[in-house]
Amino acid sequence: MKKVLIWGGLAILLVILALGLNKSQQGQVSVGQPAPDFALTSFDGEEYHLADLQGKVVVINFWASWCTSCKPEAVDLENAWRNYQGEVVFLGVDYVDTEPEAKAYLAEFDITYPNGPDKRTKISQAYRVQGVPETFIIDKSGTIAHVQIGPFYSYDEIIYIIEPLLTE
Amino acid sequence: MRPFERQSPIIFLGIILLSLGLPHVATAQDPTPSDDEVNAIAKQLYCPVCENVPLDACGTQACIQWRGIIRDKLAEGWTEDEIKQYFVDQYGDRVLAEPPRRGLNWLAYIVPPAAFLAGVYLLYKGFQTWKTPSADHASPQESVSKTTAADDKYISRLEEELRNR
Repeated sequence: MKKVLIWGGLAILLVILALGLNKSQQGQVSVGQPAPDFALTSFDGEEYHLADLQGKVVVINFWASWCTSCKPEAVDLENAWRNYQGEVVFLGVDYVDTEPEAKAYLAEFDITYPNGPDKRTKISQAYRVQGVPETFIIDKSGTIAHVQIGPFYSYDEIIYIIEPLLTE
Repeated sequence: MRPFERQSPIIFLGIILLSLGLPHVATAQDPTPSDDEVNAIAKQLYCPVCENVPLDACGTQACIQWRGIIRDKLAEGWTEDEIKQYFVDQYGDRVLAEPPRRGLNWLAYIVPPAAFLAGVYLLYKGFQTWKTPSADHASPQESVSKTTAADDKYISRLEEELRNR
């Protein structure tokens, strides 16, 4: 009986360790997978739920004010948002950042689409983000259609990915 | 005695009292927390951007901003616990150097000492076995003598049977 308890305890411990290791070894959420749902409260206090945005193309951009490679794409994302206003939803998720610097960043690049902090890093963990910038583009059915690791290098690059999703 | 001379001890005393009060006034006008005060809290936190580097030793822009927040909160009169809780609320439990004692986090506190004690117990049992060998593991000398005794018995029986013939 004693031996069964010891071996049982060890087996449970190993299973927990294996699950933890498996979780930590998983890569990013990939194309074709359903986009994990999340709620984002913007710096303006507005709430956004991904589940409510079904039927629309959604662009989720992870960024931070301390991220130097986020800056070149900031203007291109804003221009794309202005181009598609209403038709495509853009959400900026501010990753591991401080609010005054984040707001200064938004003002510097004149970003007007909704942006909010990733509270308790829940959204970045759901999308298994490994750094910033990372951008996930979700099609109308709520499936991940494109994963951008690193920055977009031009406005055209963003448009080229979004356009086919609008005609689906 | 002229009026000034009569008042001079009072003025002198006033100057001393004023000078005694000066350091206190200076402290109140300069509430900026020192680097040591900031780092005392920062070393208990880890920024998710630079894994395994405590916040007080991390040189990235993100960590510099975080230390700035600690300084601001200290200047506002926040306690150490309040500041740590603020970071947990903003960035999650993983910013803490020590995981909070709840749920599966308890494994981090229980498993290492339990594994150590189990190891000590196994070593103890191992040493005991080496000191007092069991009957199954008799020494070669003993096994030779046992074999001889058994052989003797067989030989004496064989000899007895031969004699009877």
